[in-house]
Parts: sequence; structure tokens; C-alpha cells
Amino acid sequence: MEHIELFFKSIFVDNMIFAYFLGMCSYLAVSKKVATAVGLGAAVIFVLAITVPLNWLLDQYILQEGALKWMGPEYADYDLSFLSFIMFIATIATMVQLVEIVVEKFSPSLYNSLGIFLPLIAVNCAILGGSLFMQSREIATLGLALNYGIGSGIGWFLAILAIAAIREKIRYSNVPAPLRGLGITFIITGLMAIGFMSFGGMLTGGDEPIDDNVETVDGMVNKQKELKTSDLVVETINDTDTK
Amino acid sequence: MGLLSKKDSKLILDPLADDNPITIQVLGICSALAITAQLKPSIVMAVSVIFVLGAGNVVISLMRNIIPSKIRIIVQLVVVATLVIIVDQVLKAYAYSLSKELSVFIGLIITNCIIMGRFEAFALANGPWRSFLDGVGNALGYGVILIIVGFFRELLGSGTLLGFKVLGDSVEKTGLYAFGYENNGFMVLPPMALIVIGVIIWVQRSRNKDLIED
Repeated sequence: MEHIELFFKSIFVDNMIFAYFLGMCSYLAVSKKVATAVGLGAAVIFVLAITVPLNWLLDQYILQEGALKWMGPEYADYDLSFLSFIMFIATIATMVQLVEIVVEKFSPSLYNSLGIFLPLIAVNCAILGGSLFMQSREIATLGLALNYGIGSGIGWFLAILAIAAIREKIRYSNVPAPLRGLGITFIITGLMAIGFMSFGGMLTGGDEPIDDNVETVDGMVNKQKELKTSDLVVETINDTDTK
Repeated sequence: MGLLSKKDSKLILDPLADDNPITIQVLGICSALAITAQLKPSIVMAVSVIFVLGAGNVVISLMRNIIPSKIRIIVQLVVVATLVIIVDQVLKAYAYSLSKELSVFIGLIITNCIIMGRFEAFALANGPWRSFLDGVGNALGYGVILIIVGFFRELLGSGTLLGFKVLGDSVEKTGLYAFGYENNGFMVLPPMALIVIGVIIWVQRSRNKDLIED
């Protein structure tokens, strides 16, 4: 149950693009055609599914406070979490390179379709964001980390697929000249994000009374509140951002 | 601008408007949107990026002749990551609540495309002083957009600026609220950041027709 919940939550509720705007640069740059968007989206799923569990292991056994205990009791006090940025990005850059080499060697056809996107991915915020969110939300097991990586990858994939399809169609519409291209894409993404916000009620059923004392993994419950009481909006947004 | 030659001042001023990293070059949008619900985090983010990009451009430019081109991406990532760790630690030490509020988005400066973009496009080919100016200029252009978005979202969304109730008190109905004005709670939700930037692009492009796409 926990797995299913996390999976759907990372696809819809905490969608990388519509809730956190991660990976917007490549989202805007590569969404002109559906075919290329699918290629990049697949590559993102692939890389997230590898790097999130890997960084989970790093975090659990090297970076967290007291994580070095397995090396002996005298290491139990070390807290290396300030190194996590550099460790995560190094893992990601290395893995992307490695994946590129392996794919090129064993599956040239896959390499031809993913190949040009792989280097782009090392600097895609969605990848690093996945690892950092995994760390700040304290995801408990390796299985859940893998699940989270795949889920957020699929969420990103769906988003870029949708915007690419819309952009292909909108080329035939009469958009005001200054809005053409970038401007209208921003506004459409905004509207899509509003749509995706309605998934916020998906996991709680939407109607249950909300217990203020419950500590959620992140802003799930808070999001519910925002939709109901506009006066609380400012405070709840602060809450969601801090968690 | 006695201090800077004409060419140098162009490096700083161009990215502020006609070559803006966000609205024209489409770089660094990821982190720009998520933290602009209020003005204060937007300003902190802008200052952090100015520091990271200014310093990073100088470092890369000093090393440009000794970096093997094959591994330059990793070298660049290490330089940015180091600078971002410095920013993160400073924020944690002196502004803990703010660093909690910005959460993962300080870390995401590492993958901010503006930074890699400027390293690749400018610092690898130019001297340290010019790279520094270019870095600061581009980061300023980014900061300006962040601050504009943060300003409007906080003003319209919660009726405050930097936490001060500039429009009066919404609970006690003073100031503007006495006339029945209501905050637009929608402005603080994530989707509005996209729409506000869309509108900024619209305004900018209708003022300068050269920027219109196809």
C-alpha cells in the first residue's frame, strides 16, 4: 500500500514539473516535437530510476549523521551531510556517463534514440531534485527510493509529452505575436499545473477532516487546506516549502 | 561608467533586458519559479546566484587553459557544487529559517542552467575580469526577474512585502481591506509563477518587436 501510494503521489500530486518546476529548462527546450519529447522523457525515467536508489545508499551509509557506524564505533559521530550536494552531483554525472557507454555498447538502437539526450540530463534539475527530495523527505527503504525515482520520472515524462502534443497543435492557432513560442508555453504550463493541483485530493479522498497535528511526509495535507481556506494559504505555503 | 569600458558595461547591462537569461535565453527557470511566492526568498536566491555565478565564472576562467575538454562538465559541476555548499552552509549558520524555507532549491543552483550555460559560453573563452562581469550581469538579469515575480506574487497574494502589511490588515479590515479588497490567494500557488512569467515575457516582447519568435 505504501508503495502504491508513493508511486501515484510522485507521479501526480508531487509532479516534478507542475508542483516543483524541476527540469523546466529542458522541458521548454525539447518540447517542440512529440518524438524528441518521448526520447528525453524516457531517458529521464531511466536515469532517475538509477540515481535515486544509488544516492539513497550513499546517503544512508556515508552521508547521514552516524551513517559511518558500520566502519566501527569510533566513526559513529561523523556527520557528512554537508557533502551531499557534491556527492549527489558526482554520482549523477558519473552514472549518466556510464549509462551512455553501456547503452552504446549493448543497444545501439536505444543509443540512437536516447543518445543525444543523455549528456543533457546530467544538468537536468529534475534528476538532482529527485535525489535531494529523496533526502529531505527521509524515504525509508531502498525499494521506496527506487519507486520514488521511477514515479517522478514518469510524472516528468507525462508532463513533457503533454506539452509537446499541445505545442504541435498550437502552431496552427492564432496566438498574439508577442506571446508566440515561449510566452504561450509558460501560460499553458500554468494552466496544466492548475489542473494537476486537483490531484491533491486523490490520496486523502478529499473530504476527511484534517488533523493539524499529523506530520506528513511533505505538504500533502497542507495542499488540501490551501484549496479550502484562502486565508490560510500563505502560512500553508510556507509549511510546504519548509518540509 | 568611468570604471568600465563601453564593451565591459555592455556585458553587465545586456542581460538585464534584451538578453535576459530567463525571458530570452530560457535558462535557469527551474529554480526561478518555485521560490518566488514571497519577496524575501526571491532576494536571497538572487544574491546566492550572483555570488555563485560571479565567483564560478572567475574560477573557470582562470582554469580554462588546463581543463581537458573531455571532462570539463565534471570539473564545472565540482566548482559549482563547492560554491553552492559554501552558500548553503552560510545560510544555515546565519539565516536558518530562510534556508529551511528554500529547502532543496539552494542545492538546485548546481543544476541551474544559467550557470553551466555561462561557463560553457563565456568563461571557457574569456579572461577572469570579463568573465566576472558577464557572470554578475547574467545573475543580475536572473535576479531582476525573480524579484519582479516575487514582488507581485507577495503583494497580490498576501498583501505584504517582505512581511510588512503594506495594504493594511486583512483580518482587522484596515487600509485597502476596509473598502472590501481581498487578497488573491491564487497568486501564492505554484501555477501562478508560470503565468506571471508568461505575462512578463508578453510585456517585454510587445515593447521590443525584435524579440518576437517566428
